Amino acid sequence: MGRDGPVRGQGRTSAGGAGAGPEPGTGDRPTPGRDHRRGAGRERGHGHSHGHGTWFLILPALIPILVLSVGPLLYGIGLAFTDAQSGRTQATRWVGLLNFSDLLQDTLFWDSFRVGLVWALGVTVPQFFLALGLALLLGQELRLRWLARALAIIPWAMPEVVVGIMWRLVYHPDAGVLNETLRSVGLGPDEGRDWLSGTATALLAVIVVGVWAGMPQTTVTLLAGLQNVPRELHEAAAMDGAGAWRRFRTVTWPAIKPVALAVSALNFIWNFNSFALVFVLTDGGPGGRTRLPMLFAYEEAFRYGQFGYAAAMGLAMVALIAVLLAVYLSRRLRGEGEEEQ
Amino acid sequence: MTRKSPAALRDPATRRSLGRAGQYLALLCYLAFLAFPFLWLVSTAFKPPRELGSIHPTWIPRAPTLDNFRTAFDEQPLLQAAGNSLLAAAVSALVAIVLATPMAYVLARRRTRFARAATGWVVVSQAFPLVLVIIPLFLVLKALHLVDARTGLVLVYVVWSLPFALWMLTGYVRAVPPELEEAAAVDGAGRLRILVSVTGPLLMPGIVATGLFAFITAWNEFFFALVLLKSPEKQTMPVVLTHFLGAEGVADLGPLAAAALLATLPGLVLFAVIQRRITGGMLAGAVKH
Repeated sequence: MGRDGPVRGQGRTSAGGAGAGPEPGTGDRPTPGRDHRRGAGRERGHGHSHGHGTWFLILPALIPILVLSVGPLLYGIGLAFTDAQSGRTQATRWVGLLNFSDLLQDTLFWDSFRVGLVWALGVTVPQFFLALGLALLLGQELRLRWLARALAIIPWAMPEVVVGIMWRLVYHPDAGVLNETLRSVGLGPDEGRDWLSGTATALLAVIVVGVWAGMPQTTVTLLAGLQNVPRELHEAAAMDGAGAWRRFRTVTWPAIKPVALAVSALNFIWNFNSFALVFVLTDGGPGGRTRLPMLFAYEEAFRYGQFGYAAAMGLAMVALIAVLLAVYLSRRLRGEGEEEQ
Repeated sequence: MTRKSPAALRDPATRRSLGRAGQYLALLCYLAFLAFPFLWLVSTAFKPPRELGSIHPTWIPRAPTLDNFRTAFDEQPLLQAAGNSLLAAAVSALVAIVLATPMAYVLARRRTRFARAATGWVVVSQAFPLVLVIIPLFLVLKALHLVDARTGLVLVYVVWSLPFALWMLTGYVRAVPPELEEAAAVDGAGRLRILVSVTGPLLMPGIVATGLFAFITAWNEFFFALVLLKSPEKQTMPVVLTHFLGAEGVADLGPLAAAALLATLPGLVLFAVIQRRITGGMLAGAVKH
């Protein structure tokens, strides 16, 4: 769920904090011998065999997932190769790659893809650095730490729709606090400036909201990662006279790098796929300046009824993002291979 | 406090206190950034129309009023929307944890290829854009006459919250040491008895936290509700909130703020509760006894 999840993926963070305990990195490694005691011998070589009673525990969740999640996903991928439309009486036909060749020539799609990239990077990158700084700050003994933690709940637990509404009130040309504050320090536009409908400011304005909305979640995840940092190593480096920056480079960063990479990659995906926040803030306006791919796909599917085309768009989004992330992660992880093994 | 002469800067104690001051300054900036939109929402919700129309808005309403809340309930069926949201969120959260808990137990305790594949799926499923899932779901639910029906939305919410419920619960199960279960087995307890009387109670805080989390997620959800529910009397809170925005973004700001504030409260309260459960380390405490 960043939301749509916002909420999406927050479970991951919480589980990291509570379930996996202080060492998420090692939590996955089975204790030697444990698997044998639990009858792993029987299961070796048959990945799908689970002994008596286990299937009965798995099926209640597995069936709905297969029927209402995996199934629709496969169905959706199939729809991308058809001319399915809503409310049409004729039978849906298989059209092969037609939707994709249309997509290639659809300048509106490429515009939205570009907006999506700028938005996703514009939110993810500053969010990451702010959250990292904040996590380092909150790792210190500071007096107002509890307040920061308490306030962090607000963006995290708030419906995205409300976040959007709230920031519309902040950005409001007349009744908004932003213009009034700028005016009071002498920077103000004389006329009430409408940040969300100005072609020059709209994308920046929604990016600020995106950063605000996802920062607490990112901060908490990075804080959990900071617990991996070996304290003795830190102290030893300090004794050797290493300054704060050197200690960060040589001790802290290597320890949190895996968490940092995962968090920024996931945030990028979620931001790229986000919908509700920008739908409420600008509905893609002005003139498509903030029309994220999801907003475009939603319009195609549920305003114009172009199901097949919208499904193709969804598939293209997955493919393009997968390629981008593969490049990013393979370049980032290359230097790490030796340390891990 | 300290004079910033170069000599003083070389003094480690001075440098440390300057560093401290910088840290507090950064923290205060962050707190302000975090709090100000919310404070503005609260302020707007209590302002009378006269003050909302003024060109120089103020932080503290001069004549605070509850009228906006009254108007909000008059303008849109907020109570009904809250009821719909409550129903969808409570039922889907309950069903999701009932379905997910047994599977999470197996995934946590048995490290088979299937468990790895399932965990991988949980991660990957979060990365797909929702259009790719909602169009086929829409068609399937339509064939079942479950579009524009609360049941259809609940079904979608159950499946949608299963992945992260599985993820969270798997983490909680791993935090229960298998040694406890083995000790009970040595004492002669049967498998079911171990699950019910040893593992179950230790998992309870995690199950409650997961359930509340699923509840908040569904309460806040917007996209599926927007697509699946058309009749105003069936719509959930977030969808009804967008009706306050009106055409061309012309909004009645006071009632909009009031309704938005009300929609936030359950999530904020419940989330505050789970946060405490998580940080309280109830599991760690229980294991030590």
